Amino acid sequence: MLEHTPKEYVERSALTINPAKTCQPVGAMYAALGIHRCLPHSHGSHGCCAYHRKLLTRNFRDPVMASTSSFTEGAAVFGGGSNLKTAIKNVFSIYDPDIIAIHTTCLSETIGDDIPSSIMSSQIPEGKIVIHANTPSYQGSHITGFSNMVKGMVKYLSVNSKVPNGKLNIIPGFVNPGDMREIKRMMKALEVPFTMFPDTSNVLDAPMIGKFEMYPKGGTKAQDLIDAGNSKATVALGCFASGEGAYEMEKKCKVPARVLKTPIGIKATDDYLMTVSKLTGMAVPEELDEERGQLVDIMVDCHYHYHGKKAAIFGDPDFCIALTEFVISLGMIPKYVLTGTPGDAFEREIKTMQADTGSDCKAKALGDLFTLHQWMKEKPVDLLIGGTHGKYLARAEDVPFVRMGFPILDRSVHSYLPVVGYKGAMRIIEMISNALLDRQDRDAADEDLELIM
Amino acid sequence: MEKKPIVEILEERKNSIYFNIKDSKEGLKCEKDSLAGSVSQRACVYCGARVVLNPITDAVHIVHGPIGCASYTWDIRGSLTSGHEVYRNSFSTDLGEQDVIFGGEKKLAAAVDEIVLDMSPKAVFVYSTCIVGVIGDDVDAVCKEAERKYCIPVIPVKSSGFAGNKAMGYKAACWALMKLMDFSAGNFAPHLKGEGAPVNINFLGDFNLAGEIWIITDYLKKIGISIRAKVTGDSRVEEIMGAPQASLNIVQCAGSMIYLAKEMEGKYGIPFIKVSFFGVEDTALSLMRIAEAFEDIEVINRTKELIFIEKLKIRSQLAKYRKRLNGKKAAVYVGGGFKAISLIRQFRDLGMQTVMVGTQTGRADEYEIIRSIADEGTVILDDTNPVELEKYISEKGADILVGGVKERPLAYKLGIAFCDHNHERKHPLCGFEGAVNFAKEIDLTINSPVWRVALK
Repeated sequence: MLEHTPKEYVERSALTINPAKTCQPVGAMYAALGIHRCLPHSHGSHGCCAYHRKLLTRNFRDPVMASTSSFTEGAAVFGGGSNLKTAIKNVFSIYDPDIIAIHTTCLSETIGDDIPSSIMSSQIPEGKIVIHANTPSYQGSHITGFSNMVKGMVKYLSVNSKVPNGKLNIIPGFVNPGDMREIKRMMKALEVPFTMFPDTSNVLDAPMIGKFEMYPKGGTKAQDLIDAGNSKATVALGCFASGEGAYEMEKKCKVPARVLKTPIGIKATDDYLMTVSKLTGMAVPEELDEERGQLVDIMVDCHYHYHGKKAAIFGDPDFCIALTEFVISLGMIPKYVLTGTPGDAFEREIKTMQADTGSDCKAKALGDLFTLHQWMKEKPVDLLIGGTHGKYLARAEDVPFVRMGFPILDRSVHSYLPVVGYKGAMRIIEMISNALLDRQDRDAADEDLELIM
Repeated sequence: MEKKPIVEILEERKNSIYFNIKDSKEGLKCEKDSLAGSVSQRACVYCGARVVLNPITDAVHIVHGPIGCASYTWDIRGSLTSGHEVYRNSFSTDLGEQDVIFGGEKKLAAAVDEIVLDMSPKAVFVYSTCIVGVIGDDVDAVCKEAERKYCIPVIPVKSSGFAGNKAMGYKAACWALMKLMDFSAGNFAPHLKGEGAPVNINFLGDFNLAGEIWIITDYLKKIGISIRAKVTGDSRVEEIMGAPQASLNIVQCAGSMIYLAKEMEGKYGIPFIKVSFFGVEDTALSLMRIAEAFEDIEVINRTKELIFIEKLKIRSQLAKYRKRLNGKKAAVYVGGGFKAISLIRQFRDLGMQTVMVGTQTGRADEYEIIRSIADEGTVILDDTNPVELEKYISEKGADILVGGVKERPLAYKLGIAFCDHNHERKHPLCGFEGAVNFAKEIDLTINSPVWRVALK
């Protein structure tokens, strides 16, 4: 399939080939699913909503509910305001969510629909809530959309009512429900009261109970989102997906923001736990200390499996940044790090980290997988880490491949298990080691096949 | 027809749901826009155009718009190829804010330049997405200029999402295909009306999911009929350009291809017949219908023989599955009408009853057939949503749902089996061997031990 990729890197100015990102609305939809009893609403054509639901369904293998304004030619000419008002009325009357979270699309943004005024003039039943976020698909990526929806939650809901609740706010970023569970588990272990938003655990990894629940029991409650304005501080994990939400909270409710890396790997997890500990005065409990000790033990046991191996990493910016830091700490060389999401901060951050290692590294924001493939052809790597679409590159170059990030469409269970925290770091080491050792076994001559590795 | 009062179902949706009563004259409301605010399972114009044209394997498909539309359709079709693979890549102009303000024509022209120079494709399709329809890029002009420059077809596909539903996208794809055929006008002598028995045929409306078109091509070869152009499963640009030369069109997925068949009939005088290769009966019937069109006794005899042999080959296998599936109940929610019709027959052949049947974009005439072959009391619905699906699956006690990607987890949450009869099918489900694969797949999921663990 990739036989057309030339070895020499060719600069392209207009064409994107094999993207490493998708558009804002799907990120906004994912964030909105992390609010309890919320129905995300896509203000655009049918197709947008259908595509976003399909992508999330394929990644999480759970039902993904969202409604659409069902734009027609008329709406595109005269504006989608009346579609939105009808939609709000219909959604509350048939699907009965507690909250509707509207996100826009490239279409409704370009025709200039004024969402707040449509919401104002809609019939919203007593006790129900409608929020919105502008998510023009022609800016940023799905990560920007996630960030915008999180910001929207704060803008619409959070209030500082001058009654401190003693809690911490946690914004987990665009991570799997399994990661969100792990972040919550760590907070509970620290015995720190907290509000995490959004929280898709128990929504997109809900247990089988023999019936279909339009609104599974998970998700951040609207009440908690309102009260989040009274929290002690906000810890945002991942500056691309969570930073804006935390700064908005700081601006609107005077809740100080701390923006950290996504806690992937030992250092980022240390930073996360220490930050929480400092902010709250709670000591890191023995349970987590023990896990850290186990992780270090594993790192020692396995270091020769991957030391000096060259890796190519692609995916969402927060994920790539944190993972790059971790693989460096494992003694690996991150040769190429690429994200589809735009942002100079990405390249700066990666360059700074790799400068310490003394090896050369190519980092690119707003890149595509065609570029990554060209790089890999030019100078090969030992391992590729990224979402499912990497399988084409891995096959073409015959490189071991670890599936991590978003989306993963050809394997399952990934959304249930964490890559964050010490436990997640152990899992990452297991995946990386296994991929490399499986390759060694595959390629070993009979006489070189080792029983003990 | 008596409409039962349905609680929880919107007033506006009532005419899109029926409890089948055989003698009723009243029609089902279909081929209409979805309600604003529905959790519709439907897609858009772009989606319709993209899925139809995507299987043209040696063409480059450039999606002109922001990245999403290209990204969501990157190699998801499941159409197999016997040669070229360039169609499996994702190409986009990835329009940004500046392009939206100042227009995206220049970027599109540059993108076409880059791709033609890099990959020298046989043809380029340029899909207009929602935003292109609004900012007013003159995509036609850009394509025309590129065509002149590179002497290959550069075909605009007018597929702004808001301009209708998926069915409208099928039309847009058909117009693009007509344009491709026009490109070669003069190179080929088209078939003329009334020239006598057909010599070769085009196969419209099979997309070679899991290699299905190869099975049918093989049957046709055995009875002495060759396919001029496959539209569009495992097809190539040149083959489609030569389609006007054929003397008969067979149309499987009528939902997507009926426009093209009609257009080709009008323009090139090529008659068409509708076929379906899903299920033993429909496969046999369709093969006979094709053979008879050839008015050649040898072809007819060979076809009869093939059907006899193929049926014999699968008889014992199907009997085995019938025993295991007898009495089970099926619910069907698929894209188009023809597949729903075949599935009702196929389930009946396996001793199963279809208790609920719906489509995203079925046409009125197809719903008529569905009503005539479905059992009394079967729930029939158009453009439904998860709430309705859950309601009728549970009320009717279905053991399995047949659908596409968004329906799968819904079925699983309800604790019932599921079969993907859409892009994600893993085995060919058409023809005689496909009927066995289908039975096997249904058995595999319905009789899986997982349902003993899962709560009901």
